[in-house]
This record gives sequence, structure tokens and C-alpha cells, in this order.
Amino acid sequence: MIDAIVPFIGLAAAVSFVLALRWMSAVPTARRGVLVGVAGMALAVIGALLRPEIIDYRFIGAALVFGTVIGVPMAMMPMTAVPQRTALSHSFGALAAALVGTAEFYLHAGSIDGGTMLALGLEVLLGSLTFTASLMAFGKLQELLPQRPITFRFQNYLNISLIVTAVVCVLLLAIQPQWTFLFPVIVILALSFGILFIIPIGGADMPTVISLLNSYAGLSAAAMGFVLGNTLLIVAGALDGSSGFILSMVMSKAMNRSFTNILFGAFGQVQAKAASTEARPYRSASPADAADILKTAGKVVIVPGYGMAVAQAQHVVHELYDLLMKENIDVKFAIHPVAGRMPGHMNVLLAEANIPYDRLIEMDEINGELPMTDVALVIGANDVTNPAARKDPNSPIFGMPIIDVDKAQTVMVIKRSMAPGFSGIDNDLYYMDNTLMIFGDAKSVVQQIVKAIGGK
Amino acid sequence: MNEQAVGGLYVFILATMVGLEIIRRVSPLLHTPLMSLTNAISAIAIVGSIGFAGSGEDPVVTILGSVAVFCSMVNITGGYLITYRMLSMFKRSKRSGE
Repeated sequence: MIDAIVPFIGLAAAVSFVLALRWMSAVPTARRGVLVGVAGMALAVIGALLRPEIIDYRFIGAALVFGTVIGVPMAMMPMTAVPQRTALSHSFGALAAALVGTAEFYLHAGSIDGGTMLALGLEVLLGSLTFTASLMAFGKLQELLPQRPITFRFQNYLNISLIVTAVVCVLLLAIQPQWTFLFPVIVILALSFGILFIIPIGGADMPTVISLLNSYAGLSAAAMGFVLGNTLLIVAGALDGSSGFILSMVMSKAMNRSFTNILFGAFGQVQAKAASTEARPYRSASPADAADILKTAGKVVIVPGYGMAVAQAQHVVHELYDLLMKENIDVKFAIHPVAGRMPGHMNVLLAEANIPYDRLIEMDEINGELPMTDVALVIGANDVTNPAARKDPNSPIFGMPIIDVDKAQTVMVIKRSMAPGFSGIDNDLYYMDNTLMIFGDAKSVVQQIVKAIGGK
Repeated sequence: MNEQAVGGLYVFILATMVGLEIIRRVSPLLHTPLMSLTNAISAIAIVGSIGFAGSGEDPVVTILGSVAVFCSMVNITGGYLITYRMLSMFKRSKRSGE
């Protein structure tokens, strides 16, 4: 009886997953999407538990309980920690795929047909490399490991030869399934590749890397579907894989970098020639001056960067937003696709600080409004505002899409000092005639501005 | 190539095409919750893991399967909960029609 129903439960779950993603397209329907996804998942799990082959429930029960005990606190992390959490969950997903592949191989080694072996090899290969790579990404994001790219001679040759050897082993194993000794070789090569692959990637490239790992984790789940002959797994894996793929395309486009450049380029070493040695003149202002200028403005665009989140300034920025809106000043936030540490991260950080989402405007849309903007206030963002990306073909970031803050009437930049940022590139914006630099910690500067506006 | 594998390939390619089409429409505003949601969805690997964890055939397989069930369950509960939590933070501004 249950055997007749299970395939339809799987179909219902697959449909619910497609609907869940479909409803993620806009905020008003998104929560419904999550609920339908949960329903599909619950159905599928119950279906799997009812299968007659399941004779021992003790270990499943324990694993479900422990999984919940760890999973729930992982959902309660602050929004600044979401990128790390995501990296960690990619590693969990990938590990599950690698372990199931290993169990399947252990049970049937030697008698697996070529096609299934190919899928199994890919499942274990992708699962293992995504497992270690995601752990490395977690380590970098959590700042347990150095954020700067680490490079050494022949690094790319080493990495490429590792992965090519692993793929060749998978192919050999598919042709000669009795060569079981190749299996541990594949696992070891993939695990090491995962580590070496993240070492040369810098903090600024994390949004792309996380998206790529998301895609790999999905593909390993899809490969598992091929091995087990489970269509639901293939569908879910394909959806996850395509989502990660699209996000990584969006990220690399927003940084004007190709995939190969991110994976093999090691962005870290920035040309020293880019920064001119002579000190250029700039204008600075106090928070009180900034408050006076903001009060007389009609339209203000705030450009937040990850520096704002580091300074924990989101909540005072919300106070500033409220205060200005009360004065009938139009305030919007300009969101660059790579602002933050993962795709869409800045939106979540601002939403957490109670800033309404209809005030968070994407780069392309806000750029049309900046020439009519009285004040652009840059808080903790740097490279994404550098006009050199548009004007200077010699700049390392030339061609990268930026937020055109330089077109606003007045630009105010809150920054600790004139020192160049993470990428080490000097920002031409700071030396423009209509730019005012306000030096200090983002949180305390915004607090002083709020006090100066509110005090009157 | 056997029939099952060809059927699987059909499903995989069509699901990828559907995936690319619907994900393209997801607002960049929601890219972070999108990633946590797809992460939870791909933890459907739990269905395969349960088969190994509960087969009672071999202790090694039971252990591998149970760890896989644990990993997937972490992603299911954690993934859906944090997605829902994030989405609850997105609020419209009070004054409308501006």
C-alpha cells in the first residue's frame, strides 16, 4: 500500500518546492513559500519513514532529535552571522551527500554498473570538496582563518592537477567498477582540493564563492538522486544547483570579474601603482555640519556598506532615517549587489534594523535618481562608490558597476581615516569638490548627527 | 545507458530549466533568504539517508546513514526557520502611496 503512495508523495513534495521558490519572487508571498516548502518536506520525510525497508528507527530517531537540537539555535544567529551560517549549512548538506555515496559504495562495491558509478563518483567528489571548501569559507567568514588570500607558486597548477586527477579516477572507476581502491583516492583528492581551492580566495570574493558552493551542494544532492533512483532528490538538487548558479553569475557580474578570475586570480595583490604617492586635497566636515546639510535637503540617498555592519551602526542609521522622514525628507537606501558578505546580505541587515524594504533600492534603479539627489551619505562603503570604475581604464576596478554617488549635489562620506579600504584602491570620490569627509566610527558619527538634528 | 538513468536526466534538465526561470525572477532583495531556503530544500537528501540509517543491514551503513540524517535535519530545521525569521523582518513603510 505505502509503496504505491510514496511516489506520489514525492511528486507532491517536488511541486511544493517549485511553488516555494516561485513565491520567493516577492516579499508579500515569500513566507507562504516557506510554509509550502515545509509541508512538502514533512510529507517526503513521513513517506520515507513509512517505507517497508526501514526496520530500525532508533538511529533515525536520535539523528532527527540531534539535528533539531543543533538546527534550531543555528537559525537564531544574528543577521551579521548569516554568511558564516550559510557556509556551515552548505558543508552539512555536502557531507550528507558524501556519506550516503560512501554507504552505497560500501554496500555494493564491485557490482555497481558504470552509469550509476559515474553518478556516485560525482556525488562523492562534489560532496567531499564542497564539505571542506565550505568549512574553509566558514573559517574565513568567522575570522578563524586569515581573510587575506594566501598564494604560493604553482598553486593553480596544483589545484587543477588535483581536481583533474580526481575526475579521471571517477571515470576509471565507472569503466572498471572492480577497481575499488580508487574510491578512497577520490575522497582524499576531493577533500584536499576543497581546502586548497578556498585558500587563495579573499574576503571580498566570498559572496561569489558562497553562491558557487551552494550550487555544488545542490548538484551533489542531484547526483545522489541518480544513484538512488530518486526523482525527488534530482528535482530538489537541480533547483538548488540552478539557484546557486544564478546567484554566482549575479555576484561575478556585480564585481565585473569572470569566474576564472575569481577562482584563479587571487585578487589580493593590488598594484601599488594605483595609489598615487602625492597627498591630494580633500574637504572634511563635522557631524554638526553634516546635520545642517541633511536638514536642508529634500532627497537623501544613504549608501551602506559592510563597514556599517562591522560598526554595528544599522540601528542608529534607522534612527537617522526616521528623523529625516519626519522632516519630510525623502530617504532611500542604495544597495549594491555585493554589499555585505553574501548575495542580498545588506537588505537583511537593514530589514533587521526595521528599515522598510520598499526604501531599499537596487543599484540600477537608484542610479537614475542620484543626479536629482541633494545628499548622498556613504556609510562604510568604499569600492562600490569609486568613480574610477567608470572613468579610469587603468584602475583595477574599471568596468565594475558602481553606485553613482558622485552625481549627487553633495556627497558625505563617513570613514575612519583616508586609508584605502580592503582592496587597497584609492577612491577618487573622496577628492571631489562636492565631497565632504566625516571622520570617525560610523556608529558614533551617525549618533552625533542624529543628536544634532534632533536637538533642534 | 539504462532507462532509469535517461529518465533521471530528463527530470534533471527540465528541473534545472524551471529552476533557472523562477530563480531569475526572485527579487535581489530576497537573495539571502533564497539561499537559506534552497539550502533547506536540498536537505531532502534526508529521504535517501533515512533508507541507509534504518536498513539495519550493516553497522557501518547505519552510522553513515545516521550522520547523514543528522546533517540533513540540521539544514531542514535551521534552513526553514532562519528563512522564515528573515522574511518576518521585511516590513513595508507605514505611510503608503508616496
